[in-house]
Amino acid sequence: MNTTANTTPPGPPPPAAPGAAPRGAAAPAPGGPRRRLAAFLHRHAPLRLSLLLSAPMLWLGVAYLGALAAMFISALWRTDTFTGDLVRELTWANFQELLTAEVYRTIALRSVGVAAAVTLIDLVVAFPMAFAMAKLASPRAQRWLVIAVLTPLWASYLVKAYAWRVLLSADGLLGWGYGLTATIITLSYLWLPYMILPIYAGLERLPNSLLEAAGDLGARGWRTFRTVVWPLTFPAVVAGSIFTFSLSLGDYITVKIVGGRSQLIGNVVYDNIGAANNLPFAAAVATVPVLIMLAYLAAVRRTGALENL
Amino acid sequence: MSDPAVRLSGLRKSFGAVHAVTGVDLDIADGEFFAMLGPSGSGKTTVLRMIAGFETPTSGTVELGGADVTRLAPFERDVNTVFQDYALFPHMSVLDNVEYGLRVKRVPRAERRERALAALASVRLEGYERRRPGQLSGGQRQRVALARALVNRPRVLLLDEPLGALDLKLREEMQVELKSIQREVGITFLFVTHDQEEALTMSDRVAVFNEGRVEQVGTPAEIYERPSSAFVAGFVGTSNLISGEAAQAVLGKEGTFSVRPEKLRVTGLGEPVDGAEHSATGTVSEVVYAGPATRFVVELDAGGRLIALQQNLQVSSMDVMSLRGTRVRLVWHRRHEFAIVS
Repeated sequence: MNTTANTTPPGPPPPAAPGAAPRGAAAPAPGGPRRRLAAFLHRHAPLRLSLLLSAPMLWLGVAYLGALAAMFISALWRTDTFTGDLVRELTWANFQELLTAEVYRTIALRSVGVAAAVTLIDLVVAFPMAFAMAKLASPRAQRWLVIAVLTPLWASYLVKAYAWRVLLSADGLLGWGYGLTATIITLSYLWLPYMILPIYAGLERLPNSLLEAAGDLGARGWRTFRTVVWPLTFPAVVAGSIFTFSLSLGDYITVKIVGGRSQLIGNVVYDNIGAANNLPFAAAVATVPVLIMLAYLAAVRRTGALENL
Repeated sequence: MSDPAVRLSGLRKSFGAVHAVTGVDLDIADGEFFAMLGPSGSGKTTVLRMIAGFETPTSGTVELGGADVTRLAPFERDVNTVFQDYALFPHMSVLDNVEYGLRVKRVPRAERRERALAALASVRLEGYERRRPGQLSGGQRQRVALARALVNRPRVLLLDEPLGALDLKLREEMQVELKSIQREVGITFLFVTHDQEEALTMSDRVAVFNEGRVEQVGTPAEIYERPSSAFVAGFVGTSNLISGEAAQAVLGKEGTFSVRPEKLRVTGLGEPVDGAEHSATGTVSEVVYAGPATRFVVELDAGGRLIALQQNLQVSSMDVMSLRGTRVRLVWHRRHEFAIVS
């Protein structure tokens, strides 16, 4: 009796589709307008993608690129020397001043030097730490260490900078005084998590068996590091260095707090916006770190590191 | 008698409260193809890792060629490993991978190149020197890993589930190939597997692991035909146990006994039984047609069930399927039944 049972199913009849056209060919999306919209979007994947991306694209386009463009354009304006009013005429005068005045070259070079020193110090401190976290610690300890690295990021930047000011002041715990060295130390401290986390992630992705294989083939620690660990985590190191380098290059607060009388690019920008009331010149100075970062990105791109990020 | 290639004495390893290896003694002779067989978690891989030097034993010693290496680092031991995931260096070419061990040992450039190319030739990978591991298939990667280890001419080659990641066809090919490579180079091969067929077909001797101990060591034939415990009988092949009252009724003796499925003959109830044979009657409850052979599950009248494997020499699938539910007699030669020590 199987055959009869199959052709006339007992139980409730199928629910009638509202506004039902003949089922099958004509009505692929039964249900309310929301269902129809969902079905429509499902069938038009490119439209779905552009709808999802519209908000972030708008943000990137207007807020970020727009602001950057505005900065470049205003860098080509000038202020009236007597009235201090903005003169909206295109001129290279700001850039000429930047390139010819000795003081700005010194400050630019000093800023790059500080950023490079901070990056190097962070790398030297972060790598062993990230290695211990990713390869030596137990899974439980690993979780705690990640939290420990992240915790300082939850504290205010100013609090941390002032803490260092207290530490470094002549009658403070360290008592080393203020200046460029103090700036480098404080910035290294502030940006250290940004170096540890990418390297930690890179080392996590590095299979333990590769380290064991190197040891198995006769390589000791240093050789394993040089020939296996370093080349395979280099992209992660580059990612970390982009953070530490660009954050240091743009900083002007730390140097104000612990830098003594030394000045970095950020201070020049800040002083021209405030005290000197020369917005176009500030914009021109601000293009310098942007160009340096672009050059840095171009350089690391050549190593192929960016493809692996 | 020279020292064995590998000697393990009283080897134990605990990870916290987990006792992975609970006392292993093994001698592996020079030039032997030796398998450590067992289910996952039986401790076989931990033993391999202790021989390689990746783990330090909690107690016991590891000797290589008579020298105690228990406390030595991996790079101080004359062994090389083929890893389960191959662990090829992804940023190096195939040739650089194979040359790595020689470069570390400062072998001169010309000799290094020559030996690496010879090793690649021995695993049939000529012409792949410049490729990156990412551009190779699973089987090719496996052979690069083999060449990278063999090129160092270690005293012992350790292989951790070497064929586990390959598909069936490739695995069968590599089984034959590994065996012939081992015969060629004459190096002791010690490999870990959970695949009983792989262990039986490739090795000279097999150690069956269970719960951190070695249950039995022997040639594949010994392991298969004369398993010393119910675990070995069950893990290596189908256990087919006859015990208790059924053993009394069918065999006329006390204890637990086992017969391998392919040793059983499925016959009609009226078939004559030889004096050197034992037999039991029962009902076919399940018929599993598997191409070249058919498996019959037979519920014995005396209690218990036996599985019989019959080659499909003269019969078709239709014939065997119709046997379900019929009454049969299972017949086997007495020398094929063996007692199981519990």
